Amino acid sequence: MRELFESTIERLLADLITPELVRRGEAGQWPTELWAAIEESGFSVAAAPESLGGSGASWGDLYGVVKAAGRHNLPLPLPETMLANWLLGQCGLEARNEPLGIAMRSTLSLDHAATSGAFFDVPWIAPADTRVHGVLFDVPWGRDVNHVVAVIPGERTTLVVLARSDAQISTKRNTAGEPRDDLSFKNAIPLATANLPGHLSDDVLWWGGSLLRTAQMAGALEATLDLSTRYATERVQFGKPISAFQAIQHQLAQMAQQTGSAIVSAEAAFAESDEQLAAWQIAAAKVCGAEAAGAVAAMAHAVHGAIGFTHEHALQLGTRRLWAWRSEFGNLGHWAQRLGQAVAQGGAASLWPAVTSGQLAALASSPMDTP
Amino acid sequence: MALASFQYHRVPAEAEPLRADVRRFLAEALKDRSALRRADSWMGADPAFSRELGRRGWLGMTLPREYGGHDAGPWARYVVIEELLAAGAPVSAHWIADRQSGPLILRYGTEAQRQKYLPGICQGEVYFCIGMSEPNSGSDLASIRSRAIRDESAGDGSWRVTGQKVWTTNAHHAQYMIALVRTGAPTSEKAARHEGMSQFIIDLKAPGVTVRPIRDLAGGEHFNEVYLDNVRLDADALIGTEGQGWEQVTAELAFERSGPERFLSSIALLHTLIDAVGPQPDALQANAVGRLCARLVVLRQMSLAVTAELAAGGNPAWAASCLKDLGAAFEQEIPELAQQVLDVAPAVEGGSDHAQVLAALMQMAPSFSLRGGTREILRGIIARGLGLR
Repeated sequence: MRELFESTIERLLADLITPELVRRGEAGQWPTELWAAIEESGFSVAAAPESLGGSGASWGDLYGVVKAAGRHNLPLPLPETMLANWLLGQCGLEARNEPLGIAMRSTLSLDHAATSGAFFDVPWIAPADTRVHGVLFDVPWGRDVNHVVAVIPGERTTLVVLARSDAQISTKRNTAGEPRDDLSFKNAIPLATANLPGHLSDDVLWWGGSLLRTAQMAGALEATLDLSTRYATERVQFGKPISAFQAIQHQLAQMAQQTGSAIVSAEAAFAESDEQLAAWQIAAAKVCGAEAAGAVAAMAHAVHGAIGFTHEHALQLGTRRLWAWRSEFGNLGHWAQRLGQAVAQGGAASLWPAVTSGQLAALASSPMDTP
Repeated sequence: MALASFQYHRVPAEAEPLRADVRRFLAEALKDRSALRRADSWMGADPAFSRELGRRGWLGMTLPREYGGHDAGPWARYVVIEELLAAGAPVSAHWIADRQSGPLILRYGTEAQRQKYLPGICQGEVYFCIGMSEPNSGSDLASIRSRAIRDESAGDGSWRVTGQKVWTTNAHHAQYMIALVRTGAPTSEKAARHEGMSQFIIDLKAPGVTVRPIRDLAGGEHFNEVYLDNVRLDADALIGTEGQGWEQVTAELAFERSGPERFLSSIALLHTLIDAVGPQPDALQANAVGRLCARLVVLRQMSLAVTAELAAGGNPAWAASCLKDLGAAFEQEIPELAQQVLDVAPAVEGGSDHAQVLAALMQMAPSFSLRGGTREILRGIIARGLGLR
């Protein structure tokens, strides 16, 4: 399945994404045709079970799809839609083959009548008078999606599907010009609700979003390394390609190491995630991916010289995304501290067993600092 | 693309049960080993411990049974060695023999050579050292000048070798050295540098061999200079093919550079740091510990990828170079971060476990990016793999 997915998405994105299309996306244009092709491909719903309209693909199967989205600077919320549909599936709700939004942070709450009312078995229908209030922060393409999926913590943690048209939108964009909008809801009626199953934590979208970014960064790092090695062998100074200079070779060697570490760690995080997301591997991959993003972007620009600093050159399409993605769903400091606190809590004796088993209970349950 | 080497690979399930056995054994065997001695990592020698590992079947694991090995796959060996390293076990005596000399002898040796050396390696009795560097040949290994010539007057195919090796780890504990020396004249100007070299197994007790320890900056004695003064070598001291020494050494280096010892050398300090910081780290401490743990996790993932490639019969020299360079940087970063985030001064006498381990590894750290190939050599190999040279 995995190889088929990878070759299919690669063909689809390589054919349809041009630097021009990415630039138009940054200028606010939604690429309708591209999204239609993605919908048709089924990747948007692939992580949902077959019984609910998906194809039951595992995260391990989908790693290459998310990485390709990163490598091709896909100006659409495909990774987020995959995660949202996976979560809908986990909650027993039908997948939605449409662009879906998820938030990086949220203050949503359910109104009192609903949370104290009677609950039924999963999936449950919230009482008719359920209302949602609060803000979803940094929703990718929040202005463009029709619906958003969010988790509301509480006595019974609840998944809700909300209509974007019910929100007041405050538009924002990250360094890559990708929409990251705040959506405010007041008395909104959810389109669907469900109990979050017990094996998922109420910050599941935070972990899942971080997982997505590790693969997107891996893809962007690969593309950035490719551009840089090609440029170094073509650009001639002092009568020879600059790749002949040891100072350039060693920078590219370091970029390759960093890219290699980001690739294998992102793949590990996907491969070890199933109905439970792999906390240990995700935290490690986001830390190393963020480190790689900073180092590789800086060296790629050093190798390219002034031409790489232009809007016209394709290098910036990747580096500006690396600068954005490393900070989304928790930056290097967030994940390093969370990992460090969990390890310190267990003491030195807990470290090596966690490394070999890939699990540390204190990490998954560690508190998340919210703004 | 070279990066394809970095594919995630789990330790296969069938290799995992061994881990608990090794851990149980180490918990008992090392219960009195101090933090400082654990910090010696794979530079700590204890022949009795090596023999015990041999008795348990944990040496020469990948070698065939007929030579005293265990026909185990590379994964079983990986589990054993990473547990040994993580616990700070004294593995130095047998380390090189188990890691590269044994596999080299199996691959290139004659039947007689296999029979002669491999059983002792598997028993933890026979130790090897590596004869590569010379006083004027460090990173530029192809410029070595030690030379073996056939002793035509003896008429029995024996050789005489003369020259000098240096930075030879464990020459003072080992019985044998596998040395790379010149045996022939180069055939052409262009190919000259890498031709006419051969590998020999040299008995370090042979007349004409002198081993002199070199004290390192911290006063430790791990490496040596080895003088070879017209040393007589039997015809069967030649290992592999005459003139193919460079190719053999290159294959050997893939073993030398790909193992978990290339990122676990400072783990004893990470352990003492975590405990010295305690369960309530401040933000800076949590950040440092978290970054180091994340790096440890990912280096191991890279190492598993390299091991998978080795297990599949590939030559992961490129990926191993990436791993070794990043791994050494990690090993060197641990003392740097440790002294930044916890206000404990390193101590070579007195002081806490953490202060002592900090002092030991801070002083060892410069060697991590020298031994087994310098940072600059590794980056050159990586650049070649990227098509830059």
